[in-house]
Amino acid sequence: MQAKLSTFKNKIDLFKQGQLKWPFVAPPFILIPVIIIALAMALPLLYLIVRVWGVDDFLSLLLREQTITVLLNTLALAGSVTLSTIIIALPLAWLTVRTDLPGRKIWSILTMVPLVIPSLVGGFAFVSAFGYGGIVHNFISDVFNISYTPRIYGFFGAWALLTLLCYPYLLLSIRSALVGMDPSQEEAARTMGQNSWQIFWKVTFPKLRPAIAGGGLLVALYTLSDFAAVSLLQFDSFTRVIFLQYRGSFDRTYAAVLALILVGLTMLIVTCEMWTRGKARYHSLGRGTKRKLRKIKLGKWKWPALIFCSTIVLLALVLPVGVTIFWLIRGLIHGEAFVLRWEAAFNSFYAAGITAIVGVVATLPVAIISVRYKSRFSKLLEKIAYAGYALPGIVVALALVFFGSNYAISFYQTLPLLIFAYVILFLPQAMGALRSSLLQVGPNVEDAGLIMGCSRFKVLRTVTIPLIRPGIFTGAALIFLTTMKELPATLLLSPIGFRSLTTEIWNATTEAFYTRAAVPALLLVLISSFSLWILFSQED
Amino acid sequence: MFKRKGLIVLALALVTLLAVFTGCSSTSDTEELTIYSGRSENLIGPVFEKFEQETGIEVNVRYGDTAELAATILEEGENSPADIFFAQDAGALGALATEDRLQTLPEEYLEQVDSRLRSPDDEWLGVSGRARVVAYNTDNVDEDELPDTIWGFTDPEWEGRIGWSPANGSFQAFVTALRVVEGEERAEEWLRGIQANNPVRYHNNTSTVEGVGRGETDVGFTNHYYLFRFIAEEGEDFPVRNLYTTNDAGSMINIAGIGALDGADNEDVNQLIEFLLTPEIQQHFIEENNEYPVVKGMDVDNPLVKSLEKIDTPDLDLTNIEDLEGTLKLLSEVGAL
Repeated sequence: MQAKLSTFKNKIDLFKQGQLKWPFVAPPFILIPVIIIALAMALPLLYLIVRVWGVDDFLSLLLREQTITVLLNTLALAGSVTLSTIIIALPLAWLTVRTDLPGRKIWSILTMVPLVIPSLVGGFAFVSAFGYGGIVHNFISDVFNISYTPRIYGFFGAWALLTLLCYPYLLLSIRSALVGMDPSQEEAARTMGQNSWQIFWKVTFPKLRPAIAGGGLLVALYTLSDFAAVSLLQFDSFTRVIFLQYRGSFDRTYAAVLALILVGLTMLIVTCEMWTRGKARYHSLGRGTKRKLRKIKLGKWKWPALIFCSTIVLLALVLPVGVTIFWLIRGLIHGEAFVLRWEAAFNSFYAAGITAIVGVVATLPVAIISVRYKSRFSKLLEKIAYAGYALPGIVVALALVFFGSNYAISFYQTLPLLIFAYVILFLPQAMGALRSSLLQVGPNVEDAGLIMGCSRFKVLRTVTIPLIRPGIFTGAALIFLTTMKELPATLLLSPIGFRSLTTEIWNATTEAFYTRAAVPALLLVLISSFSLWILFSQED
Repeated sequence: MFKRKGLIVLALALVTLLAVFTGCSSTSDTEELTIYSGRSENLIGPVFEKFEQETGIEVNVRYGDTAELAATILEEGENSPADIFFAQDAGALGALATEDRLQTLPEEYLEQVDSRLRSPDDEWLGVSGRARVVAYNTDNVDEDELPDTIWGFTDPEWEGRIGWSPANGSFQAFVTALRVVEGEERAEEWLRGIQANNPVRYHNNTSTVEGVGRGETDVGFTNHYYLFRFIAEEGEDFPVRNLYTTNDAGSMINIAGIGALDGADNEDVNQLIEFLLTPEIQQHFIEENNEYPVVKGMDVDNPLVKSLEKIDTPDLDLTNIEDLEGTLKLLSEVGAL
């Protein structure tokens, strides 16, 4: 033990003298996986470069007038959606974790389920609810006798729909930070006579910053990548234009140019997020024992809080689910067949489950490098990792079609390749959660383990991982739920004949088979709610 | 406690991964045909099943968006597992033909199909047809009000009442047809005329017809058979009917068709083509999907579908509608896309 301690001290000394650079202090069981993952994450970028390479009119393609407009549109949409989701998610998280809100558990689940509603279903429901002649429009004009013309297409509709679809990303991220937070500082503030409002803004909120930034990043980048929402509501964002290129002209070059601009934009957003992280420390230096926190009494605020929660649940969950049930019943009345394929539900669940496990295992070393061994390398790695998530699914899918069919034919169109694609797409979702959990664990706890003579692997296994369990569960849940609703990669890369709930929904909606789309859509919501319920029962 | 749980999870993960790897390496000796289908499973799946039963050839189908599947085949190059590409429109087949990825098909099948509904270079053929129509809302529009040609909709009286989906493949095929039939200038004039009436732009044909049904728009440019899907879902009183325009590209016939990829086994491919052109399957397209047959001598029998004979469809060679690029350029120029 003495010897181990001295080598450890030696390393510290070497580091202080500047002879040892941080990333390489990382032990091999972290560094090697990280390098492999970095290479995997770089595949879509490599593909885009292959596609654009040697194009002479690259600059003229880049500087089309349309490109600038689309760039501004996309930025405006991503920014406004992020802002509005923070406004929704922050109070929701606080209410469902910290207060005595009646039915807290139920609200926790109900406010989270919209995460799994595919934007295609959400979008169709949104249009048939709020559009002209839709449920809401008919209700208002019939009951209140007010005639108006709803204008849902364009920026406003895309913003509203994406806000309702995306706020759960932030909610989950803020929730897990709140659950894992050391209560001692808040209690100290309370004993010093601060009220709940002051404590929230002065103590809790600053500690939530990394979670808000991380979740906000997920929302912003999801907004960049989503196709169905912007297409149904006809807003010219990058993704819509990229899809138009593939769908209309088979022009893979201009699509690749646009996708590269999107990657640039992603880098910019990720850099901003890294900048907001600053140099602050989020772990406590003291004992930091985990204790149950006293729930804050809402008192007279109970009713406004309940109204707030129900409004969000009504708009984001009841409405799309209601419309789907309406499709089902209407179709059955008119003699449409009831088609239920358990196989699709099983496949979705199974593929998403494996992806969640593989995804978290792959994210952990990346998160550790980025938090504990911060360097230029780790920052670059993180930026590359987010590129896959921000790119439209079709681009990542075609990249893997290209590499898979040409360089890994025996894996092409197999489940492992599909899961590999999912991991490239969704690894960043677990990043935020794992990062913020790791930030809350002081490195001194780990150092204590090392000084006691444990190997680094043992410290990771017995100290770090148990302490960041909330982050691990959140990360796994995010990857699981997002994989459940993934479409473009599933269509192109799955084993042939593979049905998932989303491919069933897509197949049905494109040709107006609403009844057949309703069953898998409802199953998707049910399975996901069940998974969330399991997740939250881990919390206490 | 945590440790044991962790072990169980790890073991489960390993077992599933193992299952995944072994599961995908199984091979069989039966004859197989791999199809990339841009046609929805709900429309074509039963036909493939019937083919499997009757011939014993195992059919593997990947369903997806027509253009995305075409892009996939192009990325896969010669390693493509696909034998057959079943496309929702001629444009995508044309794109593969341009890249020399399609085989020449046997004369005996080609000659069964109306020459306007197949490739002039014998590289693909249509297996079912659909007409372009103008769907109109029966509550808001009187049949007498409707113009005879698509040109009538450029009149200012249709301001704010039109829906279309310029990003859609069959819409683009229609615009290409318009360019071929009436010339570039007239096509641009028509598009600008509609643009001046501030049309509502939709995601796809389904949304276009749905928009007409809700009354958001009074008319929509779309394909004829979506109406029957909505009637099946919502009943006969779904307030939309189809208008077939006369003697212009507005009532052109589009096809869903197939092409055989360069590496495919001809025997199996030929069997599938033969099967798709049999009266039994053509009748299936007519009855189940409300589509048009492509073989000579058959026709539709539905009071709401105008028969092939009576449609005043433009005399048009589908070759020329392969020029999608020009159409896309035109659509962006007029600001429709």
